[in-house]
Amino acid sequence: MAVDRPTEKKSDVPAGLWTRCDPCGATVYSKDLAENLHVCPECGFHQRVDARTRTEQLVDPGSFEEYWADLVSTDPLKFKDRITYKDRLKKAQQATGERDAIVAGKAYIRGRPVVLAVMNPAFIMASMGSVVGEKITSAIELAADENLPVVIVTASGGARMQEGMVSLVQMAKTSAAVAKLDDAGGLYIVVATDPTTAGVAASFASLGDVIIAEPAAMMGFAGPRVIANTIKSELPEGFQTAEFMLEHGFVDRIVARLDLRKEIARIIDYCGK
Amino acid sequence: MTRAAATNPVDALVGFTGAYLEFEKPLQRIHQDIQQLEREQGESRGDLSAEIRSQRTRLRTRTKRLYSNLTPWETVLVARHPKRPLITDYIQTVVQDFCELHGDRTFGDDPAIMTGFGRIAGHRVMLVGHNKGKDTKERIACNFGCAHPEGYRKAMMRMKLAAKYNLPVVCLVDTQGAYPGIGSEERGISQAIAVNLMEMSRLQTPIVCAVIGEGGSGGALGIGVADRVAMFEHSFYSVISPEGCAAILFKTGEQRKRAAESLKLTSKELKKLGIIDTVIPEPLGGAHRNPAEASANLEQFLAESLRDLKRRKVPTLVKRRYERLRNAGSYFETCQGKKKIRVTRATSPSSGTNRSATANRVARLDRTATPAPRP
Repeated sequence: MAVDRPTEKKSDVPAGLWTRCDPCGATVYSKDLAENLHVCPECGFHQRVDARTRTEQLVDPGSFEEYWADLVSTDPLKFKDRITYKDRLKKAQQATGERDAIVAGKAYIRGRPVVLAVMNPAFIMASMGSVVGEKITSAIELAADENLPVVIVTASGGARMQEGMVSLVQMAKTSAAVAKLDDAGGLYIVVATDPTTAGVAASFASLGDVIIAEPAAMMGFAGPRVIANTIKSELPEGFQTAEFMLEHGFVDRIVARLDLRKEIARIIDYCGK
Repeated sequence: MTRAAATNPVDALVGFTGAYLEFEKPLQRIHQDIQQLEREQGESRGDLSAEIRSQRTRLRTRTKRLYSNLTPWETVLVARHPKRPLITDYIQTVVQDFCELHGDRTFGDDPAIMTGFGRIAGHRVMLVGHNKGKDTKERIACNFGCAHPEGYRKAMMRMKLAAKYNLPVVCLVDTQGAYPGIGSEERGISQAIAVNLMEMSRLQTPIVCAVIGEGGSGGALGIGVADRVAMFEHSFYSVISPEGCAAILFKTGEQRKRAAESLKLTSKELKKLGIIDTVIPEPLGGAHRNPAEASANLEQFLAESLRDLKRRKVPTLVKRRYERLRNAGSYFETCQGKKKIRVTRATSPSSGTNRSATANRVARLDRTATPAPRP
């Protein structure tokens, strides 16, 4: 059940000299915005960033070593809607330069070695198909095998419909990997970013030992339109945000992007890894 | 309890009192003809038995032809048929001495998921399953089988109880999906399902799952991780409803038939993809026309699976359950600049495990990383 949300517009790293912040309307010099980790200096809005930018923002410079970079979906259903899944993948690959919606590997965060996986909202809304499921699972298993903490930056519209049940099963696969890591005593930190929803929310993104979220990130299971249709009324203000999840006990801390490295390192130190 | 009794298949067709679906209209006409003839026979307007017999044969062959070629969308309609047997029916026919246990001890009792002890073919089990409700009142009470977080937590609590006493868990899946509502989100539906997926993957007891009607997305999978997964022949299991898929990808709800085809949601397709192990055959004209035979078929599948799984050692079972999940997926591994090599496809261990993906992965890891010593 993937949540449909128009996102392409603001998900990319701004290419122009100036970038407009959608919520406050401020026009910001793109270089300043990038230096501020794509957080609007005027209103503090956390813009969506692609996986490479995010990785760069999180890890010690030059410390990221990518794993499993060659995986590509096989289109198990031969799926076709208005365009074929093959074409949709090709388009996303050309637009992003990535093979699928996740980047994973090993890195250092403030000197602490970690396994890191970062979902890419710029790639078919980081929906989870076979490749995302495989890389998340591999990352968690690697962390268990090498006794390293694993940090997963989640952002996803949910399961990738175009892979049908094969994508739904990825929810169970990734969650099983978390169980394995848990049995091995490994630390798992979730960094939930905008949007962490549906099939990803209902699997590994909700299973961290510590779950931190970026301010105002959308988080939830069912699509807001589906809920509004079911209950036949307006949704409350701030529904399905990180703050809403914190209030109801499903997010442990809300951490601004500029503090993420510090906070992750702090949690790792407390857990003695 | 009444045991599942075999009914003559044509008697079951003629005795059917439920509504006919749009694509079944030709069957309805024959059915009406037979009823008309029987009425006339009853009013003794001559011997019409030969005519009745030929119409009955026609009904049987037409039903058989229609039901062996259901389109995916027709399958969806059959799976949702209001007369389709529900968990409460199977509790009457397949389960003996059902002892229901209510509530999650935290928030409340979600009637959309039923849990309790029972016996199936002589095996003591923990039964967990969605309940859609028989009539309007019941349906509203249990949200048409759409469970809230407390339903999934209740299910997990009972599964842990089962594991404690070595009872196998039997899950019957029949839901459109988890309930999409404010309370559901407030009480953490994502977390509830996620925890079930994680805990079921390592539950120290056998788990058998059968989709009896609708297998709707995460709400179905939330009680669907198992050592054996089966589907009734005309049930469906999908990542999203055909209507939802049509609305998002085809930008119009009218394309639900095409969406149903694209999603490969039928038992036959999912067996081919290795997502499920077994297709449980349905009686002539679908489970709703002959619940007794459907019950007998379900009982047979459960009895065989339970017998088989109980013979295995639990740690081996759990290890294989993990491997099964581990190998689910379908991707290529491109070698830098070289030809693409197909590495793996969705597989279940029972249909032959493809290990090359894992082997490949390990090889790659060895190249790039030095393994750290385990503490």
